[in-house]
Amino acid sequence: MSDILLKGGRLVDPSSNLDAVGDLLVRDGRIESIGGTIAGPDGATVIDCAGQVVAPGFIDVHCHLREPGREDVETIASGARAAAAGGFTAVCAMPNTDPVTDNQAAVGFVLKQGRAANSARVYPIGAISIGQKGERLAEFGEMVGAGAVAVSDDGKPVVSSQLMRTALEYARTFGIPVADHCEDPTLALGGAMNEGIVSARLGLKGIPSEAEEIMAIRDILLARRTGGHVHLCHMSTRGSVELIRWGKDRGIKVTAEACPHHLSLTEDECEGYDTNAKMNPPLRTADDVRAVQEAVKDGTIDVIATDHAPHHYDEKEREFSDAPNGIIGLETALAVNVTWLVAPGILSVSTLIEKMSCGPARLFHLPGGNLRKGTAADVTVFDPAAAWTVDPATFRTKGRNTPYAGRTLTGRVRCTLVDGSIVYQQGV
Amino acid sequence: MSSPLGKDLLGLEHLSAEQINLVLDTAEPLKEISERAIKKVPTLRGATIVNLFFEASTRTRTSFEFAEKRMSADTVNIAIAASSVSKGETLVDTARNLEAMKIDMVVIRHQSSGAARFLAERIESNVINAGDGTHEHPTQGLLDLLTLRQNLGTLQGKRVCICGDVLHSRVARSNIWGLTKLGAEVAVCGPRSLLPNAIEQMGVHVFDRIEQAIEWADALNILRLQLERMQAGYIPSLREYNRVFGVTRERLDRAPRDVLILHPGPMNRGVEIDSDVADGPHSVILEQVTNGVAVRMAVLYLLAGNSPHLADAAKGNA
Amino acid sequence: MATPTSTVVLSARAVERTVSRMADEIIERNDGTERLVLVGIQRRGVQIASRIAAVIKSREGADVPIGALDITLYRDDLQTVGPRPVVGKTHLPVGIEGMHVVIVDDVLFTGRTIRAALDELADFGRPARVGLAVLVDRGGRELPIQPDVVGKHVDVPAGARVDVSVVEFDGKDEVVLVAPEAS
Repeated sequence: MSDILLKGGRLVDPSSNLDAVGDLLVRDGRIESIGGTIAGPDGATVIDCAGQVVAPGFIDVHCHLREPGREDVETIASGARAAAAGGFTAVCAMPNTDPVTDNQAAVGFVLKQGRAANSARVYPIGAISIGQKGERLAEFGEMVGAGAVAVSDDGKPVVSSQLMRTALEYARTFGIPVADHCEDPTLALGGAMNEGIVSARLGLKGIPSEAEEIMAIRDILLARRTGGHVHLCHMSTRGSVELIRWGKDRGIKVTAEACPHHLSLTEDECEGYDTNAKMNPPLRTADDVRAVQEAVKDGTIDVIATDHAPHHYDEKEREFSDAPNGIIGLETALAVNVTWLVAPGILSVSTLIEKMSCGPARLFHLPGGNLRKGTAADVTVFDPAAAWTVDPATFRTKGRNTPYAGRTLTGRVRCTLVDGSIVYQQGV
Repeated sequence: MSSPLGKDLLGLEHLSAEQINLVLDTAEPLKEISERAIKKVPTLRGATIVNLFFEASTRTRTSFEFAEKRMSADTVNIAIAASSVSKGETLVDTARNLEAMKIDMVVIRHQSSGAARFLAERIESNVINAGDGTHEHPTQGLLDLLTLRQNLGTLQGKRVCICGDVLHSRVARSNIWGLTKLGAEVAVCGPRSLLPNAIEQMGVHVFDRIEQAIEWADALNILRLQLERMQAGYIPSLREYNRVFGVTRERLDRAPRDVLILHPGPMNRGVEIDSDVADGPHSVILEQVTNGVAVRMAVLYLLAGNSPHLADAAKGNA
Repeated sequence: MATPTSTVVLSARAVERTVSRMADEIIERNDGTERLVLVGIQRRGVQIASRIAAVIKSREGADVPIGALDITLYRDDLQTVGPRPVVGKTHLPVGIEGMHVVIVDDVLFTGRTIRAALDELADFGRPARVGLAVLVDRGGRELPIQPDVVGKHVDVPAGARVDVSVVEFDGKDEVVLVAPEAS
């Protein structure tokens, strides 16, 4: 493995209060030295990072890699490569596969496929309940032993409050977060987009924001009761972030993620019945977007995760109410975040990296999320000012379902290193 | 060569008042054709029109069929029984097949909102929305407007209340757009569980009681209440609906003025409307049906000027 | 832009005299007013027809029924004419079965309007006979159609046109020849 010298970039690592221009040397897969001017050893690959940001590799705590079961739509390998192209050095794969990842063998399979991909790291998330049916607990211990880093029934909510309580208590033994997809199924039933004036005009059944908020407060209260760590997935409404703030103010162990699309787009994207604007939770109002952006800024939202959800072209090419929910996100996450959060001055580059790297590592107890000497070299180099036009046909994910197609965004990954090896280089 | 309505008629929300008035002004003289001995004009001779109905509907489909045949077009009816288990051919493939058969126009009724637009974006033929999910039913809206205009003289400043399940009604939405564009004051009346939460943002008043609506309105457009709404729990029973919201003779007699009664049909007599109202002197329900054929003929006439296949054929004959 | 030059072919008084003579010819050809029906072509043909009927009333004391025919839906050029033409009212006050119908129009040119009118009348019934009376015949026929009663023959040079005005729409009765516009 060759040595790599990242030269002259802006080194940003919020976890060690680092934000300075300098060099970074990678040797034997580890960060050998960081900061100042470094004379590269002979034979080292030198990458000119002038004008770029050199950051700890991004970590996505929420994505769907579809394998096993829907390899036609994404595999762990294609997903890992897509992640690398998006600057992610690690992703956590949700268990709503077919069959569901609810046992140690399934967890082992995901890990193995992830290693074989030789790209971004893949950490499996195990199911909360067998088959994600919401009835019986899965074996958290066995799954964690096999490599699972968290449990979730995402795709679906945990409908039974009793089951959610038990999961939070049981997870304490293993020190893992319980991630919940907050959706009251009776309120959201049949809904295709946010409930509001747009859904009323388009004649589409709406999902009221209360469907998310009711489950969010339930989970927060159960976290209080049990002392467990609840992680709320893809928070999208003003009401939700206000409830999370309430919980955190009381010292409850609630953490939360928001997705780039909920930080940038509104329900207006659904005009014209574009199925690339259909996901769950749905795009909300401009006021909700502002509230979630504020919450990211003030720390109420701990991390930004993609909820990358590829679908087959044929499945999305149909009537809006019949189309499946979800959009891809790994390869647009950085650019969307820079365009809508950093460029307008809502977040600094440093805070962005906290949300995309340090925070995820800390919350899910994962290695990485920092640029410390001696740690494995998971590094992302990106240009915060580069403009580029989104063309999903060029993506490494098998999915093409993105509402950003054709838009010009700012912020582009130049190079991604995992364990000191280049797993992605733009233009190569 | 362009049509004043564009390529398709998908809804009234994005039509201008001029366009709506053009349809109504064109429909008026066309009524006379249905009164002749030979109810036919040769205007659309050679045009092929497919009635693509994914939802069963006798009245709308027959009305379109009469309109098409009275304009001398060739019509084909395709009734597709949609079941969630066996969807059969997708809408995309249906669209492509129609295109390959060189159809001039498609009249589509479908259970999904946005389906008409979905089809229109994928085929060159003119597409007429005969009802898509709960989104719009533009020809119904237009025939309601024509009926109101004929009886009230103008729609400007007139008060029209739409009564019933607005939440699930494409007829209600088309009416709201059409009426507001032509300057009418619009209200809705029904149980709040059957009104969209954002209804006030659509520019309409809301009456919680039918008595208030009757006192205010120049015309009531009474929507059919579907049994499924009771089964889905939006209202407790049809009986209570009639007692609280039913348009009855007694309630209508207390109106300060003559209130026109409209209903898109089919009626649930004794639920949303009582028989003596439906058959009474203020009812214009049968006029609506007559106007329906004329309005649909007008729409076919106005859209067909834009048909690529007919244009090609005409060039050959010139 | 220069205003086009127009020549008055028939003044209001001349129109009155011409219509009067046309009415006399119609009565003569029909041998009276029995079973006579005047059908004016929308728009100005209807006004001409009502003027003729008024003269007939003063001559013979009889009320000849007047119908209006809008031929838009029967045009043979709908696919090429551009934006859809406005459709006017068609109304026949009596059945035409077995009647002596006289179609009345303001200007006869290619003959296509009359062809459309004949097709449309056929959808209403079978008249015993159909005649044609026009205020102005400007020649230029594209179909084998000839008028029975003509108000005035007008030679129209290429690019020029004949405009008929009626009081009801244009404020006066008049026929003018409008020369081709100077470029």
